[in-house]
Amino acid sequence: MNMPDKPKIGFYWCASCGGCEESVVDLAEDILMVAGAVDIVFWPVAMDFKKSDVQAMEDRSILVTMINGAIRTSEQEEMARLIRRKSKLIIAYGSCAHLGGIPSLANEFERAEILKYIYDDAPSVINEERTRPQTEFRHNSRNITLPEFRNMVRTLDQVIDVDYYLPGCPPTPKLLKQAVLTLLSGELPPKGTVLSPDTALCEECPRKDSKPTDLSFTHFTRPHMILFDNTKCMLAQGLVCMGPATRAGCEAVCINGNMPCSGCFGPTSRVRDQGAKILSSICSNMHSNTEEKIDLVLDEIPDPVGTFYRYGLAASLLRKKIVEGQLEDDK
Amino acid sequence: MHNIEKKWEPKIIAFFCNWCTYTAADLAGVSRLKYAPNVRVIRIMCSGRVDPQFIMQALASGADGVLIGGCHPGDCHYSEGNYKMLRRFRLLQRVFKSMGIDEKRCRLEWISASEGDKVKTVINDMVEQIQKLGPLALPERMADLDKEIEEIEKEISKEEVVEHA
Repeated sequence: MNMPDKPKIGFYWCASCGGCEESVVDLAEDILMVAGAVDIVFWPVAMDFKKSDVQAMEDRSILVTMINGAIRTSEQEEMARLIRRKSKLIIAYGSCAHLGGIPSLANEFERAEILKYIYDDAPSVINEERTRPQTEFRHNSRNITLPEFRNMVRTLDQVIDVDYYLPGCPPTPKLLKQAVLTLLSGELPPKGTVLSPDTALCEECPRKDSKPTDLSFTHFTRPHMILFDNTKCMLAQGLVCMGPATRAGCEAVCINGNMPCSGCFGPTSRVRDQGAKILSSICSNMHSNTEEKIDLVLDEIPDPVGTFYRYGLAASLLRKKIVEGQLEDDK
Repeated sequence: MHNIEKKWEPKIIAFFCNWCTYTAADLAGVSRLKYAPNVRVIRIMCSGRVDPQFIMQALASGADGVLIGGCHPGDCHYSEGNYKMLRRFRLLQRVFKSMGIDEKRCRLEWISASEGDKVKTVINDMVEQIQKLGPLALPERMADLDKEIEEIEKEISKEEVVEHA
């Protein structure tokens, strides 16, 4: 039986891998607590609700909807806007909704390049007629439609108004539980808050004490290239660890798994562009002083954008790769 | 039709170190050297103070280029701020390359306090190069891209009108 006065809550996914949905289930026994305290009125991955069910709801009748995934298609925009109207609060759940996530690394490529690779050039593809997905298609006198694939990947807050952010790839069950409890308590944090501690990951890193005060990189390496000390600061071993430029709150899960931080929690509130900040920090601490030597050491970071902006290219200052000289007016 | 619109002129943001390039720019002024008026100078205490975010923010806000002036190697007032800038610059150029931004849009120069003449030649040269490249126009480019997401809003409001009718 539905208790009429239980707060309503929804979950939705856009351009995401499903890991965020998984993390909701990772609440384990606590999910019973959540399910007991709220009515889940919309959750396509787990329950059978349709778009029409959401359309039939009254505006602002859902207390909070957690939307995960970046925004790449017109359908995702449409659903995000519909859910925004039906919800009092929207939480951008996980790195993709928060900052663009891994899908937004596609902003390093033009739309046409992406479609060409996927539908022509990928080794597993045979497409002699060079077919491309169309947004409309007539079949047996019925109109079949597909969403539009946009020119770039966007964060959720570049498309709709967002109230809170739960960072992480995915957010930890602990942070989700805290967020739900906070919302149910009615004591809401200021709008725009990222629901995770506002300090750098190094602050809660178990290897903090082994971080040298005078870091001096003579070279960089990557986890698959060396056998490294599983007690010592990653940076001290020449590994590019995003810890100094990344928000705390995950309790250093990757470090505890002996992998450097890759930055999924995004920057703290004092930093606008996470990639620029780690770039700055790493370069300050390099040993070389001449162009030639600096370049040799930098060659050891083969993909700077993919390393520094792994979860946040869409939210970065530059947002998307451009093609110099091609301006709208010239077309 | 006659083109009476204002001709595009490059906008360059310059970060000049207080101890060298800024003084040199002052000297250029006092010596009445003429150089292109396209540069907006921001004085900082050391080129090592230039956070890469400043450079990106400048470009993202509509600058066509960013010029950084620091002390010659070995001459930094704070011993190695200019080396920090050099390393950041080298890595930043790699990021810009991946993001499609021409390397000539960001320039690092060592100009000592006595080199007023170099301020003039560097600025004139950079303005000329950026004139050849054309506008970077990041805000306009992003606004153009974002037009595609406005359509949906219109469609949804149309549907609602139909529903309510």
